[in-house]
Amino acid sequence: MSILIPCPHCGPRPVEEFVYGEVPVVPEEITDPEERDFDFGFMRNNPEGVQREAWFHAYGCRRWVYIERDTVNDEVIGR
Amino acid sequence: MNEFMEKKVKLKWYEPKQTYDVIIIGGGGHGLSTAYHLATRHDITNVAVLERKYIGGGNSGRNTTVIRANYGIPEAVKFYQRSVELYQRLEEETDRWMMHKQKGILWMAHTEAHVRQEKARAEVNTAFGAKTIYVTPKEINEIAPEVDLTGGGKWPVLGASYHPEAATARHDRVNWALAEGANKRGVYIHQRTEVIDLLKEGNRVIGVMTNHGPMYAKTVMSAVGGHVTRIARMAGIRLPIRTHPLQAYVTNHYELEFDPIVASTSLLFYVSQTARGEMLIGAEIDRQPSYNYRAGHHLIQTCSFRAITLLPFLRHLRILRQWTGVCDMSPDYSPIMGFTPVEGFVITTGWGTWGFKAIPVGGEQMAELIATGRTPDLIAPFALDRFKKDRTKADRGSAGTH
Repeated sequence: MSILIPCPHCGPRPVEEFVYGEVPVVPEEITDPEERDFDFGFMRNNPEGVQREAWFHAYGCRRWVYIERDTVNDEVIGR
Repeated sequence: MNEFMEKKVKLKWYEPKQTYDVIIIGGGGHGLSTAYHLATRHDITNVAVLERKYIGGGNSGRNTTVIRANYGIPEAVKFYQRSVELYQRLEEETDRWMMHKQKGILWMAHTEAHVRQEKARAEVNTAFGAKTIYVTPKEINEIAPEVDLTGGGKWPVLGASYHPEAATARHDRVNWALAEGANKRGVYIHQRTEVIDLLKEGNRVIGVMTNHGPMYAKTVMSAVGGHVTRIARMAGIRLPIRTHPLQAYVTNHYELEFDPIVASTSLLFYVSQTARGEMLIGAEIDRQPSYNYRAGHHLIQTCSFRAITLLPFLRHLRILRQWTGVCDMSPDYSPIMGFTPVEGFVITTGWGTWGFKAIPVGGEQMAELIATGRTPDLIAPFALDRFKKDRTKADRGSAGTH
């Protein structure tokens, strides 16, 4: 994947400078707290489309950047 | 006639029927293998394999074709050793040449910790039926004199585990032979047939809706790779699967024969020679989940750099092509096979970066599961409910690369 991540501090920077961080989303239908914990730990939405995710700018400002990316074409939709 | 001339695959084309005994979604290695074993071992031939594009066009045609059983946990060693044995007689059984070639794999250790790890691997393998020995640098030099044992001065080779039964085979030919073998016995293979939805009745899957209309079956199996989450969502189950891209590339052809497969977990790459003489190099999945098939320069650059430290002759070669597959990665780097909470719906997924080597055994075991209605002992540890039971089968060190 070669994309630019829009870092709010450093501007658009190549993805190789970042470390991927997952933002797990537990569906609201799951109400039992234990079920929710389990889902948070293991189960994944794995969407074919836009997902919210975090990137750690390891070789830059060393801060977390939250973006929305389309997993089908790796296009960054927005922050 | 040269040895690379392809024989045309003989597949009969049938009009889709309304009802089958078993519908298999996904015409890749595992789907075709399950159909093949249902037909040959259990006489169940009223089976349909549905493939969205063409058979073997997904990860079954994009993997790096390594067959080996030197895993790190007992359940996996037993499972993959069965597959190694099945592969050894698959050519004879299907009467098709698959370019299966036994090469042996050298798994390098560059630190004291990795020496201990590779010694442990050899012990676990020996205890559970796979042939793996620990070898010293002198023995490595005899097996593969091309390896720079100083590791470019930075990654000295202190030892390795050697698994002589490791092999490679031509992946397309494996798919075609299994498809042909199943088709010959009456299995329906519908290409360009996409599953749009699963037909459910209460908590039971009764069939699939395709772009050629509905089809009904007693059992529906998902053998889908990277896009498995879509099918699982139709069935109403959640999976612990993330879809990651995996890249690999080949160089132009190397004039000499390079026999063993060389792998290194600390350098994170593996190299084998294809039947054309190209050097095939691969590493690990891309860290971010994605369904994108585009390959990038970053992997070529970093991976070639690491490969050259161990095999200096690679620096004289040029990269010919690279490609990407989208892998269904499970959190513990072990497959997920068996029944699901939904009746009439069985699943084989989580094949990530280690699916090709398990094609015969995965199909054999899933066929037995479908035919008998109970989970065979060999794949019982890999059931979907293992995550809830806190019985994960973590084996990233063995499965993470190839």
